[in-house]
Amino acid sequence: MFNHLLSLLIWLPIVGAVPVLLAGSGRPNVARWLALLVAVITFVVSLYLLPQYNAADGAKQLVESHLWIASLGVHYSLAVDGISVALILLTSFVGILVIVGAWEVIQVNPHQYMAAMLVLEGLMIGVFCATDALLFYVFFEAMLIPMFILIGVWGGPRRVYATLKFFIYTFFGSIFMLVGLIYLYLKAGTFDLQTLATLPLTMKEQTWLFFAFLIAFAVKVPMVPVHTWLPDAHVEAPTGGSVVLAAVMLKIGGYGFLRFSLPITPDAADAYAWVVIGLSLIAVVYIGYIALVQEDMKKLVAYSSVAHMGFVTLGIFIAFMLVRHADNLDAAKLGMQGAMVQMISHGFVSGAMFSCIGVLYDRLHTRQIKDYGGVINVMPWFGFFYVLFAMANSGLPGTSGFVGEFQVILASFQANPWIALFAAFTLIIGAAYTLYMVKRVLWGDITNPHVAEMKDINGREWLVLGAFAAAVLVLGIWPQPLIHLMDASVSQLVTQLGNHKI
Amino acid sequence: MELSTSILLTIALAPLVGCLLAGFFGQVIGRAGAHSVTILGLVIACGLSFYVLYQLTVGGAPVYNHNLYTWFEIGRYTANVGFLIDRLTAMMMVVVTFVSLLVHIYTIGYMAEDPGYQRFFSYISLFTFSMLMLVMSNNFMQLFFGWEAVGLVSYLLIGFWYKRPTAIFANLKAFLVNRVGDFGFLLGIAAVLYFLGTLDYATAFASSDSLIGKTLQITQNTHWDAATVICILLFIGAMGKSAQVPLHVWLPDSMEGPTPISALIHAATMVTAGIFMVARMSPIFELSETALSFVMIIGATGALFTGLIGIVQNDIKRVVAYSTLSQLGYMTVALGVSAYSGAVFHLMTHAFFKALLFLGAGSVIIAMHHEQDMRYMGGLRKYMPVTWITMWIGSLALCGVPFFSGFYSKDAIIEAVGESHRWGANYAYFCVMAGAFVTALYTFRQMYLTFHGKERFTVVHDHGHGHDEHHHDSHKDDHGHHDAGIMHETPKESPWVVTLPLVLLAIPSLLVGFFAIEPMLYQGWFGSAIQVHEANNVLGELAREFHGSVAMALHGFTQLPFWLVAAAFAIQTYIYLFNPAVAGRIKNALKPIYNVLNHKYWFDAVYYIVFARGGIALGRALWKGGDAAVIDGALINGSAGLVERIASGARRLQSGYLYHYAFAMILGLILLLGGYWLVGQ
Repeated sequence: MFNHLLSLLIWLPIVGAVPVLLAGSGRPNVARWLALLVAVITFVVSLYLLPQYNAADGAKQLVESHLWIASLGVHYSLAVDGISVALILLTSFVGILVIVGAWEVIQVNPHQYMAAMLVLEGLMIGVFCATDALLFYVFFEAMLIPMFILIGVWGGPRRVYATLKFFIYTFFGSIFMLVGLIYLYLKAGTFDLQTLATLPLTMKEQTWLFFAFLIAFAVKVPMVPVHTWLPDAHVEAPTGGSVVLAAVMLKIGGYGFLRFSLPITPDAADAYAWVVIGLSLIAVVYIGYIALVQEDMKKLVAYSSVAHMGFVTLGIFIAFMLVRHADNLDAAKLGMQGAMVQMISHGFVSGAMFSCIGVLYDRLHTRQIKDYGGVINVMPWFGFFYVLFAMANSGLPGTSGFVGEFQVILASFQANPWIALFAAFTLIIGAAYTLYMVKRVLWGDITNPHVAEMKDINGREWLVLGAFAAAVLVLGIWPQPLIHLMDASVSQLVTQLGNHKI
Repeated sequence: MELSTSILLTIALAPLVGCLLAGFFGQVIGRAGAHSVTILGLVIACGLSFYVLYQLTVGGAPVYNHNLYTWFEIGRYTANVGFLIDRLTAMMMVVVTFVSLLVHIYTIGYMAEDPGYQRFFSYISLFTFSMLMLVMSNNFMQLFFGWEAVGLVSYLLIGFWYKRPTAIFANLKAFLVNRVGDFGFLLGIAAVLYFLGTLDYATAFASSDSLIGKTLQITQNTHWDAATVICILLFIGAMGKSAQVPLHVWLPDSMEGPTPISALIHAATMVTAGIFMVARMSPIFELSETALSFVMIIGATGALFTGLIGIVQNDIKRVVAYSTLSQLGYMTVALGVSAYSGAVFHLMTHAFFKALLFLGAGSVIIAMHHEQDMRYMGGLRKYMPVTWITMWIGSLALCGVPFFSGFYSKDAIIEAVGESHRWGANYAYFCVMAGAFVTALYTFRQMYLTFHGKERFTVVHDHGHGHDEHHHDSHKDDHGHHDAGIMHETPKESPWVVTLPLVLLAIPSLLVGFFAIEPMLYQGWFGSAIQVHEANNVLGELAREFHGSVAMALHGFTQLPFWLVAAAFAIQTYIYLFNPAVAGRIKNALKPIYNVLNHKYWFDAVYYIVFARGGIALGRALWKGGDAAVIDGALINGSAGLVERIASGARRLQSGYLYHYAFAMILGLILLLGGYWLVGQ
């Protein structure tokens, strides 16, 4: 097999966006079908990664490397490990569903919308493949542009405020990362992540770098207290934008911790793990309470995303405590795996929740919970999916939402029962805010006469929600294949955590 | 002969297949199709469950413990999906599938006019699948799966009539209160993994003795005993699911669901999951005297005090609901005195007679056209003899009258508590003894109000009135809109699909205790499934005094519990058959006590204010105060505002007027020269 598989995955959707764009506003159906074709091919190619990738070996595979900017020694170098493969699959899977989900919903310039989506997909895959820090940074920043356009053009009434907040917030974070990367380059003479991982650094250097990376990725995840851009961005974003944002883009923050903070600044990360763990627990409890009182469904799910992503950061940083202080490598792997599974699962669950809200919004053009009530009376199929995803959001066993949280809570208990106690609070508060919304939207008698006229989901919507449902259930009933895919890479990562640099 | 995996899989999956067919293809296969496929699934599951029980007892099959597939494997931590089938499991499987099958049949009659007919069958089959996964599990992960899955179905079924505001309030409440329990339960599982390093039952139990002497560090100087922590955390889960004080508040409200599920889920099976779980964990619970005392005291409190509430209820289903709470308390007390087999035995007899009482109450409700208030009943015995007689059998079993199955299980518990020397056993003994009296009080009151005395309703024949035919099709809320005490036709006995389950449940309510007590309690029938330390073995003490079922029943007539029941019978007979006015006078005389009971000790009111209202208020305060004011207001938009102010200040300098610039240049020149001059000095 030729060894440009990763490049193909990145550039296929980006190049594929060109003919979609060329189809023009006059031929919306051509644009739609072309976009779907490109997305499907990308997904098929990403499936082809699975047999190519050797899961028994945790090291980076399918390596590609070309000199890019000779004067700076920047390489266009790509490679994947099990974690990247899982996230690429998630991206290309969601990529199809957002195209299908937007089909006739986006009426204004659908060709541009579809093209932006495809470009975004390619760039996100690029982030997961890059093994050169500057290349990573380029993808990381470039990703903002199509998302900026998606929210800014197809967004709601306050889209300008939301896009600016989104852009400046995340850009503000990544500037710190850039400064950190430049410092590292001056010190090591390369942007190669593998080399940087072995670069000796003093505690002081590590601390500065750790916080620079922390700011960049904390905004992306987002962690408390830099999460406030997310609810605004979600509320104004079109459904597809929200789905991609929640399902994939947030994961890039968690992924960044794995690729930068952990290997480059392990000792600082260990010393300040309590900061991240503390913020993660605040995300679960504090954000849980805030989600409870939201009146806008999208805001509610956005806040719920922040709470769920708390498990990702908790699982990643609890591993430090377990490796270095409890000397329990297996428990650290459990926590790290939990964080990774939670990333994938949250991709499905949040994507599905936003798709559901999109279905409602398309019919009633409001996201206010109080405008609904009794939807189940007219939309039984929708109700089935909505309850399923709500349960997944509440972490019900048998759905994907349970797996990661379960593993992280089990691992946390090994480190400190109090951490597990606060984390497990999600069982109560997560169910409370999700099902309280379900109660007010789905159940009850119809009070708003417009609700009575709502039609149940059509075939296209059924396809989108059905695909999400299948993913949520399969992962919930049998997570082992996913865990096996990432196992060797997670083991390697966790073993590295024990390596002191000072 | 070894049990076969395919048979066990069939038992678990047959109800699931029925559920999927009825749920997804309900419109295609129609009503008859939906009940046929689900009942067929249950017939298969029930038949094979009996076969499995037969193989384990008579056939001499060894305990089955195998994994089906790996759920996750990370380092030395693994979670599997698999089955552990011993006699404890087999007994639970038989009880679950048998009661579920009868409830399926009963539903054909009870839900006949309901538009959600197929959906209902789908749900109860899904419940059966979940419950089977729970009891058949061989590990903690799958246990938790079943545990939460039955909670989900309970949520769906309590809110089955989703147009009723009370129903959708009750189902949310039930789910959240259960989640509080599950919160403890999950931490308990995490503690098991921490101390024993495995989620597998057999491995965990085999090494449970290693817990002795281990502690969990809570603060710098506080260390708690490992076994106590594990047991109390796991028991918190049981308190949620099995509705123990103070997490009992959801169960009475769950009566908003249709009656068949009250019988199946909220009386016979799901709520006993906690009891089953603790019995299953007996090797761990035996290690903690503290945890068992805790279990016993919680159970005893529930047994007496929730029973008291039952005396003042007027809704026929709520009486049975409070009775269930009280009986769950009895089972929990039995667990607390290490009489695990006694608890499971009572679980079994209770499943039969309580399902019978609920289904009987449902039969009455059908006859009364969904009137549930006993104040508008009375004298129904002549209209519905089958329901009347079977309910009396269930009631006498519940009260523990000798020879009825409830007598054997309940009396064994009372005596076991009497034998126990555990801390708090005296309190528990008082509670279960007084509880026997209370049980009889509310039970006889219910029977008299429903079936005896004068009819307190009037029949007005107006057949053109379509009200009752569409009672579930509630664009109008059927429940409250009845004209109290007005019937449009004479009550009549329910159809055979309703009465047949009553009769089939009456048989074990009458007989099962008589035959099962000796093997189950005194001959180690459960084998290694239940482990009791020699020093705690109260049932072993009782075994020495046991001389057969007949002798035990005859001896029972001379004992205090029976005389308490007889006294209650006399009191209620006098009040409700001969002098109904006394009831009101007693109520007025004991007004303060009546108020306490009528308000259910204010548990619900306090919880609502503190947790529901308090949670919303806290959320709003955090949102407006934290996110909106501090983070967005002061930091984000504040810093954006600061930049803007600086920028607009700086912009004012760029006015575009030449004389401004000239003036600035002159000013600058003066300052510079002045500066040089000053420095030069």
